[in-house]
Amino acid sequence: MEILIQQLINGIALGSIYALIALGYTMVYGIIQLINFAHGDIYMVGAFVAFFLISIFHLPFFAALIIAMLACSLLGVIIERVAYKPLRNQNRLTALITAIGVSFFLEYTMMYFVKPDPRAFPASFKLHNITIGNVVISSKDILILIISFTLMLILTYIVNRTKTGKSMRAVSFDKDAAQLMGIDVNKTISATFAIGSSLAAAAGVLVGMYYGQIDPLMGIMPGLKAFIAAVIGGIGIIPGAAFGGLILGVTEALVSGAGYSMLRDAVAFVVLILILIIKPTGILGKNIREKV
Amino acid sequence: MNDQNKSGSFWKRNTPGILVAVGLLAVYLILHFWIQGFEIGGNKYQLNKYYTLNIYLMGMNIILAVSLNLVCGITGQLALGHAGFMAVGAYTSAVCTMKLGLPFAVGLLAGGLVAAVMGIIIGLPTLRLKGDYLAIATLGMGEIIRVILINIDYVGGASGLSPIPKLTNWTWIFFITVGTVLFVKNFINSTYGRACISVREDEIAAETMGINSTRYKTMAFCFGAFFAGVAGGLYAHNFFIIQPNLFNFFKSFEYLVMVVLGGLGSLTGSVLAASGLTVVNLALQNVPDLRMVVYSLVLITVMLFRPGGLMGTKELTFSIFKLNKKRGGDRGTSGN
Amino acid sequence: MALLEIKNVGISFGGLRAVDKCNIVLEKGELIGLIGPNGAGKTTVFNMLTGVYLPTEGDIIFEGKSIVGLKPYNITERGIARTFQNIRLFKDLTVLDNVKIPYHMHAKHGVISSVLRLPAFFKGEQEITEKALECLEVFGLSDKKDELSRNLPYGQQRRLEIARALAAKPRLLLLDEPAAGMNPQETHDLMELIYWIRDKFDLTILLIEHDMSLVMGVCERIYVLDYGKIIAEGTPDEIKTNPKVIEAYLGKEVHV
Repeated sequence: MEILIQQLINGIALGSIYALIALGYTMVYGIIQLINFAHGDIYMVGAFVAFFLISIFHLPFFAALIIAMLACSLLGVIIERVAYKPLRNQNRLTALITAIGVSFFLEYTMMYFVKPDPRAFPASFKLHNITIGNVVISSKDILILIISFTLMLILTYIVNRTKTGKSMRAVSFDKDAAQLMGIDVNKTISATFAIGSSLAAAAGVLVGMYYGQIDPLMGIMPGLKAFIAAVIGGIGIIPGAAFGGLILGVTEALVSGAGYSMLRDAVAFVVLILILIIKPTGILGKNIREKV
Repeated sequence: MNDQNKSGSFWKRNTPGILVAVGLLAVYLILHFWIQGFEIGGNKYQLNKYYTLNIYLMGMNIILAVSLNLVCGITGQLALGHAGFMAVGAYTSAVCTMKLGLPFAVGLLAGGLVAAVMGIIIGLPTLRLKGDYLAIATLGMGEIIRVILINIDYVGGASGLSPIPKLTNWTWIFFITVGTVLFVKNFINSTYGRACISVREDEIAAETMGINSTRYKTMAFCFGAFFAGVAGGLYAHNFFIIQPNLFNFFKSFEYLVMVVLGGLGSLTGSVLAASGLTVVNLALQNVPDLRMVVYSLVLITVMLFRPGGLMGTKELTFSIFKLNKKRGGDRGTSGN
Repeated sequence: MALLEIKNVGISFGGLRAVDKCNIVLEKGELIGLIGPNGAGKTTVFNMLTGVYLPTEGDIIFEGKSIVGLKPYNITERGIARTFQNIRLFKDLTVLDNVKIPYHMHAKHGVISSVLRLPAFFKGEQEITEKALECLEVFGLSDKKDELSRNLPYGQQRRLEIARALAAKPRLLLLDEPAAGMNPQETHDLMELIYWIRDKFDLTILLIEHDMSLVMGVCERIYVLDYGKIIAEGTPDEIKTNPKVIEAYLGKEVHV
């Protein structure tokens, strides 16, 4: 029983990381129908920015977190402007390949500068473990939960209450109509990339802190799994991404806890395929019938 | 219906085909002797091992790119699990030759067939999905194959399967590559290929014109998987050891990149892109640290400036050399 | 026996009742019109007839057998072909290749002989090509055979779509707004063409159309659909004076 609860806690922590990355995926997909494969690498860049800020400039953790988020939102906007915007009206595969190219570029440019070996992420504050019975809740778990839920609340506010959020929803619903209504589509897409990238950066910093180790290829698997989380929840649907992330995180933690950690990576894909076959638009997705 | 088809004009009608055949045979023979080594006037000439390896890789890349193009470019189904089929073929053929003592040819065929069966098993449930959903589902299937292989001790688990006898040589590579390209070319220039293209163009219209779209999607997927499996067999018997992690989704990306770079639906485009990228990779071996950086920049630049790929959907044919403007005999001539 | 009987067919999308208790009977050789205001459910009826949508209730009997639940390609094999309201040609295929597609159903050569280029392949492809060319000839599209279908002018794209449907050798042809976007001259030519193909190919035709001159001119009987229900049925003259029809099109309190 304690083991189960312990794994649940680990799973929720991991799941909220997936959720943060998945939110960026789902927002970008919702607005330009692109699987932004470079998104996982923005998460990696975020982790490295915070790493340098903390270990070289000795900034406190939260300052590093915020600067990393700002830096990555800028990076996200630049990537969109340079690599995706010119291809907006092309075959979607072209943009997908470009996204893969950008992903390689970020990974290997980073690797060129910091070398491939993992770096130890500086522990920037003391750990307190709360023990209830045999269940240990570390302050890292709590911090991850607090930060990621705060960010999700802020995102919900932005999307539902602000003008930018309204234009984001309008553009993802119908780009041409939104443009005719006077919405600056380019600006809105940039804003989407900025917000999504900053969430990914936050996830990167949190993971660095949680596992204490970062490397240039750390974004590949979490990026892919976050995308799966977005698909599971229903891609393009913001609560779906958070929901999918938590489902995936908890499932993985339970599988590892049951002693099948070798199969952990396959579990995400099995869940994905089952969902796609049973309900192709994801758990929260609506079925759309093609008009004939 | 037309006199051109009579035997007298056989040579004229088939000029491009004959030229290509002669050209290929020449390439085969020259490289055959060069790789084996030959002596002229006391000097021994032999292609060094490293270049030989890259020529082999070029052949394998062509097989994989062309077979993936059949699925992605011709039938329009975005599949990202090609490396998974390659893995299935590699492991099956290696088990056949290593553990069962079967001949190489049987191993390759078995690798291809098992991969093809996997293609059908994976294709039937997933090919109902469209676009990005299909992409991510096939990517998932590829990864599942990899994780399953890691967990099978019989084939060495994560540390891999070795020692695999080195049986791949230039003759195998050359004839299988040419055979694959010819197979796919003949397939797409037939009523079956047209059926696949119609599914790509408009699945609903194709269905109402009597095309069973599931059947043709699965067929393309199955053929694609078969050739990926055979290429996997060639790969395994060239490198002494294979590990499941060699066949991760990045490998699938590599081939998708070749297909899109060459132009979706263009066979000659796939061949050119597969060969070209092999050469680019070779040239970048001197700067190992920057290799992937340059590769990714090349990729982004080509996509930005040639979004339809190098060849678009067109084929490089002899008509650009004004040798023969008409396509082969299957097209016939009009009645008016 | 009627060629086609639509019996109490209905379909719902979510909460929306798109077609309700629809009954249509076509005798062999008839030329029937299906009209109704926008959104009345006409195309949905076609989609159910061709297996694109599955009706939630009722039955569709074609030549004595139910076709409900069959896949679109099975229904095409049974002898029903259609065109689309928004032209759905295979845009990146040539005109000739577009018309070759339906002949695939009757291809006698297999995949293996295609790939190995066995004699059966050449014979089979030759046959398909000849038939496709004949079909294009009938529609006056022979000289465009090597053009990509996306490059054809609008009117010719519509003709090509009809040609492609006929290549499927149907006994029942469904035309979905064949005159949409055509000028009066083109519409007139189309009328002639429709008469002519019916006689030449011995067809039964059901057509959806907004152009009243076309419908009243060619159709022997007309069904009127409004809000998913058949509200009237009869000869063009009967339909013209039917108060329910006038109400559906023009609203109430109109003096005739």
